[in-house]
Amino acid sequence: MTKRDLPAQSIVELRDLLRRREISPGEALQALQERINAVDPAIGAYLVQDFATAMAEAEKADVSLPLGGIPIAIKDLINVEGQQCTCASKILRGYHAPYSATVIEKLRGHGAIPFGRMNMDEFAMGSSTENSSAQVTRNPWDLSRVPGGSSGGSAAAVAADIAFGALGTDTGGSIRQPAALSGIVGFKPSYGRVSRFGLVAFASSLDQIGSLTKTVHDSTLLMNAIAGHDSHDSTSLNAPVPDYSKNLGRDLKGIRIGLPKEYMIEGVDPAVKSAVMAAVKQLGELGAEMVEVSLPHTDYAISVYYILATAEASANLARFDGVRYGHRAENVSGLFDHYARTRAEGFGAEVKRRIILGTYVLSSGYYDAYYLRAQKVRELIRQDFARAFEKVEALVSPTSPSPAFKLGEKTTDPLQMYLADIFTNAANLAGICGISVPCGFAESENGKKLPIGLQLLGKALDEARIFQIAHAYEQSTDWHKARPAIEAIAA
Amino acid sequence: MASELDVAYVAQLARLQLTIEETELFQKQLGHVLKYAEKLKEVNVEGVEAAAHAVPMFNVFRADEPCDWFAADEALSNAPRQANNLFIVTKVVE
Repeated sequence: MTKRDLPAQSIVELRDLLRRREISPGEALQALQERINAVDPAIGAYLVQDFATAMAEAEKADVSLPLGGIPIAIKDLINVEGQQCTCASKILRGYHAPYSATVIEKLRGHGAIPFGRMNMDEFAMGSSTENSSAQVTRNPWDLSRVPGGSSGGSAAAVAADIAFGALGTDTGGSIRQPAALSGIVGFKPSYGRVSRFGLVAFASSLDQIGSLTKTVHDSTLLMNAIAGHDSHDSTSLNAPVPDYSKNLGRDLKGIRIGLPKEYMIEGVDPAVKSAVMAAVKQLGELGAEMVEVSLPHTDYAISVYYILATAEASANLARFDGVRYGHRAENVSGLFDHYARTRAEGFGAEVKRRIILGTYVLSSGYYDAYYLRAQKVRELIRQDFARAFEKVEALVSPTSPSPAFKLGEKTTDPLQMYLADIFTNAANLAGICGISVPCGFAESENGKKLPIGLQLLGKALDEARIFQIAHAYEQSTDWHKARPAIEAIAA
Repeated sequence: MASELDVAYVAQLARLQLTIEETELFQKQLGHVLKYAEKLKEVNVEGVEAAAHAVPMFNVFRADEPCDWFAADEALSNAPRQANNLFIVTKVVE
């Protein structure tokens, strides 16, 4: 293997090279930086990288630790002390984190090096990364298409071999959907499994930090690092953290996997449907028992999600008042003008749209009809999953109804963009865990391969089982080994 | 329900200045979203508890003990305007 091949390694492969002292953490970081310089101008995944700081960490890295010396890319809404944290928003341009999120402390405790700030939809609001105020991120498989979102920078970087692994956040699918569209593995933990301390809040009852990686095994290593109770986050669960790598390699005999009949809907791309059905067959051949189940309130999940998520966002984003941090309007004529213009100048269109919707559904006279009703339907959705998980250990579906769409294709129609979350956002409403793994390709009209993702959902705190199933499936296929042909760009 | 949304009024509540173009665009786009959300009216929610969280959450207390946190200069490190170790605010009382 040459130094040029280094960035293509998985976290597990890199770990083994580091442990055998075949390369040093500094060499790995250097090789990564060189490939970023060559490839990222075409992709646009990184907002910034602080190479000097990362190199200083690499030089004293302890490679005996589980992630010793391995650079991990960070979505630009997780605070790393001293680094920018803008949420890809103009309102936080120039903001530098005065402290580190718990997940960053935990990653460092396992030896990893947080490296790079990854592009995203502004405040994680979006499904294509087109709502970034900073730059466009392109899908490495077809540069005319979106990488998905909101963790699009994290996903595109891992897919393009310009990150070994990344942290993202998933509020309604923002890890799983970009992982699917970019052809990598994306994992959303159960609500409360990972501390949100130091994460800029979008919708606090739905947000979870998770991983974007090349393989399921890599994902378990990141989860081993970041999972666990944190007294700084009152919603963090005080439950023991198992070794998530432990079940890998076990077969699927005796495991029941549910096919929700409500997910067999019109409007799913035929290539997605056939790839997912082939994956279902494969899971059966691996020993799993496939069972039809029902999630009767599926059709209401998107409505519930966009009412609750925007309501929570409108409250969370009230903190951006131009006083303590962030952008502040000049020459204001009074307090109201100060707030209204600071926020008008700082927020982008989608964020404004969601603040308006969220404020409306919480406002006097409409609270009961929208917000309270949505919370009740959320409870029914949660009960649907609880009943399904009495019969099965996991549920299977497409991650996204279509492969990556074209840049600009859905930006003028927010409702169409919201409907792209149909298979993912119920998991956030129910607080359960989920993963997207590569399960095939569609072909675009210009002959490009477009990745398809298989979603597996598991009950709350049953992460280890979902990793076991996802790993068994992954290892029985070659989909995760495919890489986009971006060498032409890099050359 | 959807026709009752008055974007200009809600923008005032949200302390968010919108242009006329934004107001008209959001009125139309959010009208579509609210119309889609009307299907929630079909659901029988009688006797259903509202779920604020997916997992039952109760008050969580920690020991009420002082601990190290930001010093003034750290807390002020991102302030757009500051003086004498204080944030400068826009005049609140006339």
